[in-house]
Amino acid sequence: MSVTIDARGLSCPQPVLLTLNEIRNGNDPQILVLVDTDTSKENVIRAAASQGCEVNVEPSVSGEYRIAIQKDK
Amino acid sequence: MQYRNIFATRQGIIIVGLFIGIVASVLQLLGNPGNMGICVACFERDIAGAVGFHQAKVVQYMRPEIIGFVLGALIAAYIFKEFKPRSGSAPVIRYFLGIFAMIGALVFLGCPWRALLRLAGGDLNAIFGLAGLVFGIWIGTLFLKRGYNLGRSQPVNTAAGWMLPVLMVIFLFLLLIYPEIPGQDKNGVLFFSVSGPGMKHAPVIISLAAGLGIGFLAQRSRFCTMGALRDLILFKQFHLFSGFMALLLAAFISNLLFNQFVLGFENQPVAHNLHLGNFAGMSLAGLCFTLAGGCPGRHLFLSGEGDGDAAIFVLGMITGAGFAHNFSLASSPNGLGQHGIAALVIGFIFSLFIGFAMSRKKV
Repeated sequence: MSVTIDARGLSCPQPVLLTLNEIRNGNDPQILVLVDTDTSKENVIRAAASQGCEVNVEPSVSGEYRIAIQKDK
Repeated sequence: MQYRNIFATRQGIIIVGLFIGIVASVLQLLGNPGNMGICVACFERDIAGAVGFHQAKVVQYMRPEIIGFVLGALIAAYIFKEFKPRSGSAPVIRYFLGIFAMIGALVFLGCPWRALLRLAGGDLNAIFGLAGLVFGIWIGTLFLKRGYNLGRSQPVNTAAGWMLPVLMVIFLFLLLIYPEIPGQDKNGVLFFSVSGPGMKHAPVIISLAAGLGIGFLAQRSRFCTMGALRDLILFKQFHLFSGFMALLLAAFISNLLFNQFVLGFENQPVAHNLHLGNFAGMSLAGLCFTLAGGCPGRHLFLSGEGDGDAAIFVLGMITGAGFAHNFSLASSPNGLGQHGIAALVIGFIFSLFIGFAMSRKKV
């Protein structure tokens, strides 16, 4: 199962807060985070990596990014 | 990841912090006021004075550093395809957060950058300001944990993203057609200080170049002093904090080399030693920065990327400078302004209200 966090349009530190909250408290092993700025992308990647997660980024349409996070089991 | 932004790495943010610290110290050597090589709050206040929003005669000058910050970030954002015009995240609240952030900063007499530069110059009063900054940011993180946020921004027309950069181009144009005339307090529409910190400045071209360079690098690295402390408190994350410490260390060493280091509480340049005032002023500023999502410098860099909400915060700070001096809220080396304490109380009531009102469990 995977859960999607739509962090588009949210300013610092909301995307990271939502992502970390899901990594620590969520049940789904896979998390998809949608962001629309490079700053948010970098911050979410950094935060997820610090939790030992595997992170993959796919550029999506019109400057948005889809960040796929695989939780460490 | 297709390409890597080297400035978003740990080394990158440290290099940018070192660069800002050294440049600030050099700007002071070349004429900027004491322990004020760069101060985003003070310089926006000087700009407010230059265009006549307040008549505090000693702090009126069109600071090219601020213009450079926005335009440098704009150039970086365009080169790296990060210019994304966006707006609509509770702009009017951000405007008032900017106003009270400026008032708090002017009770202390500096933004977070200057708090670091003051400490790096030996001004021990800055310790109380920095402690206040940490306290204010800590209160802000409590709201963030409760789900505080100002809502989503939306993509907007490019013209909207250009508003603040264009204003800065116009400010630069005004400074070029109405340059400072030594001894005269006005040229054309611009006011110029003939005494006090507003008179002290590095040559225009050097200030502008320094601003452009810092704006460019800070946009790439996302340098933010509030974020540094917030991330440390909220996530135990040291990324931005390493840049924060690099700025302090670089400015300290540069000041030693340039004989700009004078240790003590007394007779520090553009400072007062009322510890509680320094603490409370920076607490209010820190809370407002946290609720708005960035330190004053970061808001300028975001404005350069097309963030209209950040631009509104900047305009709020410039407005706040007008209130601060017209209503005697700002401090001076002689102590607090006549109504400084009242302004702090109102500021705290406002920012705590916003913190509670905008806290929702769900986004």
